[in-house]
Amino acid sequence: MSAVEVQEAQIAHDLHKVVARDVNVYYGEAHALKHVDLDIGSNEVTSLIGPSGCGKSTFLRCLNRMNDVIEGCRVTGQITLDGEDIYDKSLDVVQLRARVGMVFQKPNPFPKSVYDNIAYGPRIHGIGAGKSEMDEIVESSLSRAGLWEEVKDRLEKPGTGLSGGQQQRLCIARAIAVNPEVILMDEPCSALDPIATAKIEELIDELRQNFTIVIVTHSMQQAARVSQKTAFFHLGTLVEWGDTQELFTNPRDERTQGYITGRFG
Amino acid sequence: MSTSQGEHIVRSFDTELEELNQTIVRMGGIAESLLATAIQALSRRDSELASRVVKSDGEIDLLEQKINEQAVQMLALRQPMANDLRAVVSALRISSDLERIGDYAANVAKRSMALNQVPPVQPASSIPRMARLVQANIKRVLDAYIAQDAEMALDVWHSDGEVDEMYTSLFRETLTYMMEDPRNITPCTHILFIAKNIERIGDHATNIAELVHFLVKGVQIEGGRPKGDTTSYAVMEPKPNAEEAPANGG
Repeated sequence: MSAVEVQEAQIAHDLHKVVARDVNVYYGEAHALKHVDLDIGSNEVTSLIGPSGCGKSTFLRCLNRMNDVIEGCRVTGQITLDGEDIYDKSLDVVQLRARVGMVFQKPNPFPKSVYDNIAYGPRIHGIGAGKSEMDEIVESSLSRAGLWEEVKDRLEKPGTGLSGGQQQRLCIARAIAVNPEVILMDEPCSALDPIATAKIEELIDELRQNFTIVIVTHSMQQAARVSQKTAFFHLGTLVEWGDTQELFTNPRDERTQGYITGRFG
Repeated sequence: MSTSQGEHIVRSFDTELEELNQTIVRMGGIAESLLATAIQALSRRDSELASRVVKSDGEIDLLEQKINEQAVQMLALRQPMANDLRAVVSALRISSDLERIGDYAANVAKRSMALNQVPPVQPASSIPRMARLVQANIKRVLDAYIAQDAEMALDVWHSDGEVDEMYTSLFRETLTYMMEDPRNITPCTHILFIAKNIERIGDHATNIAELVHFLVKGVQIEGGRPKGDTTSYAVMEPKPNAEEAPANGG
């Protein structure tokens, strides 16, 4: 690296929570993600959009090393969280996933009570030792996820008995219970109706105050509504990224324009 | 359209965009011919022709309403993005500029009917020259819209300064005539308003030029508008005259 490049890299790290440089992902022979450079700002929502198979979910999964569990998957390049290389050998992956939480496409509450769904994470990370302390974590997590009022009288009932939208907010509450810094969301609303979707979107906007959020979505309107930055992926490459407003009104690349306006590329 | 990259996957969206485009072009054609006819009526002192302009202004109003409906429907049902979004938003705004052009042309026609009630005055002959320039700008800006040509739009935008300058000089000319003979005040006031209307039409053509530029490039034209209309600050003193020197004059 030249002196200028070192300086630029330093600036990127100072300004951004997560910095990805020349990230490549291979599934066996298949080159799924190609030379991705992307900066993710603190307390911002960054959305990743693109057609199916473009690499956006693959990239998302790199950010908390969920790809580690996929056989034959190889990641090269560098991803840093607060300047720290998350692929460093000495890094504790369990700790990383506590710092970088994840919410999935289909709500997947544990087959336990609402209370235990939230308490599970803090327990394994050794947070909230006493009963009253844990009660507090459960209440505050559910409140921050906008679910407390709806479930406070049924904390002992199974989490799987809630509606789809409530289950998804339960999963978000579960993710924030361990005080992560970054929350990854993989199409969090695709299984929800418009009202439940609106509640999640409102929640995402509130959570931005305390967390850095990266969201994969197939709904461009959703990306436009909830995010400050948008990145467009196509055939494994990051085509373009920048301010959401700019990308949706005046994209620089023809492929982005073709995709967001619904034309053949 | 030259900026589009082929058709939409949903083809009915293309049909709607094309319809919107056609309506704008039609509206633009009518606005252009209304101004031309109003000026013809003025220079020929033809009140019947003028009344036809006043009547056909209603047609433009109807087209504007149609564009409003089409655009709102597309915004609600298609949620257009990027260049499609710019196309719909520009259409909305261009149609309102064209509607105003129609109104001003109709007002020129009405005033030309009033002028026909009194003997002709000299400054009226400067109007057609100014109108031709504005008409050419409307025509070129519509061509720029059809061809999606940002450079041509920019060219129209720059030439509005000339219209303003012509207006300023006509303003001085009419004031001079009014000072010479109070009987000129009625026709000259109408001529002044006609000139102001034409100058305003020029401003709307400039607006459209800005919108075409935005539609094609996605960014606003940089820098301030060319301005040549200085009449807002103009003061004219009566010429000192030996025979009619004011009593309290030096």
